[in-house]
Amino acid sequence: MTDTGFLAARLRRGNMTLAEKLWQMSWSLVFWLCAIATIGFFMLYSAANASLDPWTTRQAMRFGLGLVMLLTIAMIDIRLIMRYAYPFYAIVLALLVFVEVRGVVGGGAQRWIDLGMINLQPSELIKVALVLALARYFHSLSLEDTGRPVFLIVPLLMVFVPVMLILRQPDLGTSLMVIMGAGVLFFMSGVRLWKFITLIITMLAAIPVAWPMLAEYQKNRVLTFINPERDPLGAGYHILQSKIALGSGGLFGKGFLQGTQSHLNFLPEQQTDFIFTMLAEEMGLVGGVTLIGLYVIVLIYGFAIALRCRHQFGRLVAIGVTTTFFLYVFINVAMVMGLIPVVGVPLPLISYGGTALLTIMICMGLLMSVYVHRDVQIGVRGGYDDG
Amino acid sequence: MIINRDNDRIRLFNRRAVALGGGQSLLISALIGRMYYLQVVEADRYRMLAEENRINLRLLPPPRGRVMDRFGEPLAVNRQNFRVLIVSEQTRDLAETLDALANVIDMSEYDRDRVQKEVRRRRSFVPVTVRENLNWEEMARIQVNAPDLPGVIVDEGLMRHYPQNQTAAHVLGYVSSVDEDVLIDDPLLQLPGFRIGKAGMEQEFDLVLRGAGGTSQVEVNALGRVIRELERKEGEAGKDLILTLDQRLQRFTAERLGAESAASVVMDIHTGEVLVMVSTPSYDPNAFNRGLTQREWNALVGDPRAPMTNKAISGQYSPGSTFKMIVALAALEQGAITADQTVTCKGYTDLGSRRAHCWEGRGHGAMDMVQAIAQSCDVYFYEIASRVGVDRIAEMARRLGLGSSTGVGLAGERDGLIPTEAWKRATLGESWQKGETFNVGIGQGHVLATPLQLAVMASRLSTGLAVEPVLTRQMMMEDTVRQRPTKPFEVLDFDPAHLAIVRLGMFEVLNGPRGTARASQLKIPGVQMSGKTGTTQVKNISMAEREAGLPDIDEIPWNERTHALFVAYAPEENPRYALSVIVEHGGAASIVAAPIARDIMTEVLRLDPSRKPRINDDQVAVSQPGAPA
Repeated sequence: MTDTGFLAARLRRGNMTLAEKLWQMSWSLVFWLCAIATIGFFMLYSAANASLDPWTTRQAMRFGLGLVMLLTIAMIDIRLIMRYAYPFYAIVLALLVFVEVRGVVGGGAQRWIDLGMINLQPSELIKVALVLALARYFHSLSLEDTGRPVFLIVPLLMVFVPVMLILRQPDLGTSLMVIMGAGVLFFMSGVRLWKFITLIITMLAAIPVAWPMLAEYQKNRVLTFINPERDPLGAGYHILQSKIALGSGGLFGKGFLQGTQSHLNFLPEQQTDFIFTMLAEEMGLVGGVTLIGLYVIVLIYGFAIALRCRHQFGRLVAIGVTTTFFLYVFINVAMVMGLIPVVGVPLPLISYGGTALLTIMICMGLLMSVYVHRDVQIGVRGGYDDG
Repeated sequence: MIINRDNDRIRLFNRRAVALGGGQSLLISALIGRMYYLQVVEADRYRMLAEENRINLRLLPPPRGRVMDRFGEPLAVNRQNFRVLIVSEQTRDLAETLDALANVIDMSEYDRDRVQKEVRRRRSFVPVTVRENLNWEEMARIQVNAPDLPGVIVDEGLMRHYPQNQTAAHVLGYVSSVDEDVLIDDPLLQLPGFRIGKAGMEQEFDLVLRGAGGTSQVEVNALGRVIRELERKEGEAGKDLILTLDQRLQRFTAERLGAESAASVVMDIHTGEVLVMVSTPSYDPNAFNRGLTQREWNALVGDPRAPMTNKAISGQYSPGSTFKMIVALAALEQGAITADQTVTCKGYTDLGSRRAHCWEGRGHGAMDMVQAIAQSCDVYFYEIASRVGVDRIAEMARRLGLGSSTGVGLAGERDGLIPTEAWKRATLGESWQKGETFNVGIGQGHVLATPLQLAVMASRLSTGLAVEPVLTRQMMMEDTVRQRPTKPFEVLDFDPAHLAIVRLGMFEVLNGPRGTARASQLKIPGVQMSGKTGTTQVKNISMAEREAGLPDIDEIPWNERTHALFVAYAPEENPRYALSVIVEHGGAASIVAAPIARDIMTEVLRLDPSRKPRINDDQVAVSQPGAPA
């Protein structure tokens, strides 16, 4: 490594100045994120019948705040993030318990904490917290140890506890998303494939047990997905209307602000979960595929950052947040096209809503921090290591 | 070593990253494939569905089931409700049309503002309700002036109506619009203007009365206007409900109680059917359906006479002397006294330093059990209560139906309270005092009962059976409704001789030379009523007040006057009906409650509803109002 320059050495040690860190940032990724968000602003403008109120203005302000947060997180030393991974996880878990207990005491199922500008949903934040905690755990674990089932008990508990809490809320979609996100981290850490297969078989076997635990509306959603005729005015109707709106958009769409289906209120929640339908109706296949293409660009950045990173913690964090991002996109788009049951998962950077946007921006901030600190050397315990 | 191990880890990570990326690409391709299928392959089909034939599903509200009394007299029905709506895009000028409409029908400024606000919020082709409940004359005027009222349409719907207004309000309850916080499990609840039961039977049987909504699939054009109906699935009308009440007696009782804050229950002792359940003052359930103003609501809730409360099941009162039969039966069963043994009443009895008074300050002299009940001698019952002990009295009270709710099937029913030594330790943390047993002996102190429980008690005393009250006869369907118990009531296992003594005491109350309510005996030749008065203090009388002489009733503020109670059954020789009456702060039972009880019982015996054929199902179907003459 004699040919590395002055900066490269500091990159390795991680003691960069703020300006150097800013220089190291992937500004092109920030650009793509802004591009997606801008499409979102236009869609919210259209959803409100060509009005900035009530959604576009607020969403733009939130995105601005989110951008500041992204940049701030990107500047934080990755070792600091690693050190506080467990405490952060513990705090979010405590918040999750808090909303659960308050829901029981208050009699209503309120899943959020009101912070004024946004309503904080701990079940969203746990996605990030879990990625960090699992990455920290597997960073310290050698490949051999990863192969031993005993060492999987702790991380499995880290997944299981919040998932049970979210299931109790009850929020099936988020629970599944947390499980899938965590599963990817286990996979990337080197857990053997047959263990996944065993687990999946076990979970399938657990369906008869878990079924009575689901809330009536969740059972309805699953049953309605299997047979949409069951509930012509409820979820089945929404899927049908969503498909009509989407399909009628055709190749080039009906034009901006011209989506009759969305604007005649055939579509439910066209500003949140069904916003992709509106985009596809107004912009057609071309618009929809363009948006998906933008998402794919972000995903490619995520994978590239993960592969370029020199430490396991960073690799796992990068792949974890990228997967979370992917799951948001896939679940939402597949849902509005009737490929999977109706679950309340927003479209990242487009759907109106505070916590999901916050989660996405934290994810992207972490990804960026991994990128900025890609060459830092971290020991097993998180300190300097010249290994 | 570490580096080598880490290199393994990196190689594995890279391999798996490729797999993961491949998997994600595959899923994304699936999304794009699906989009292509929907937007290109199937585009024409969906375009047709969307552009020309937009299918819109509308929900058709089912008619709510009716509620009728035992003879089919309607208590809650659906009335046609004519509404006037306005479609803003069909008007030349909204304000102008509203002005013209205001000349034809009554329309408040408030209605006007609301309409204009709603029109701005909705799309211009959506009809907005201007006013509901138009009468025929207003309808006619709108039709005649139709040319001047472009965009005005008249629409017909159903609205709950209670033809008897206040008379059975507490049993029926009322319907009102759905609260926002109600869990939406039925899409019907989301219909604007849909009403659900909020109290009484309307609430209790809401799901059965509600029925199931139908759907109408309509074709809407590109602007959202209805072109034609494609398919119609009729809903299921709500089921009718038949109560055990007799509307004529219900009305008579309500009128007899008049302006008092009072309650009365009449039961058929053989079947447990509740014929009358009245609580006054009452409210008009129609007002809730129409929507109450804040001021009307405040007036209802703030009234000290509690018109919203069904006092027959939610009012808990000291039963006072009506409790004495229970003490007497407990004493006989324990052998604490025989019917012939006497206790001498000198107007008071001493317990340590405290003195407990009889209502008859001069004393009753030597009292046997029949006379003690007939004359309601307090000293006699202090004595036998202290011999029996509070726990045995409590056990007897429970056997006669006190101390727990009767389960008649109305929300808000209270348990009353029958104290025991264990109860006092558990709730107040104090041990039982002997003086308290004195209080229990005359049905005061902690003892509480609802008027319904007292009517049940009278029924059980008259039959010796564990009579249970019911309010619903049967629904027009089998499975959802608790059928009236077909098996006979349990036998309460009293010694018939003991029951006979207590009944004789109750007979003497009205028909004996010294009975407390002898002025209120029935005036029907050959028919007698048995009963018991109860006058309960709501405020302690201090020694000083007692010595100063008790004031005249008119000088006491209303809310400090005694409650007047009466329980009875009739006819004496072959009992059929039992009743209870309570007049809050009415004064003396013999002056206020007993005459009311006599009048109600006279009317009950005159109409004798239990012996008349009731409606059967086919009669309900054609809805024959009124009883067969």
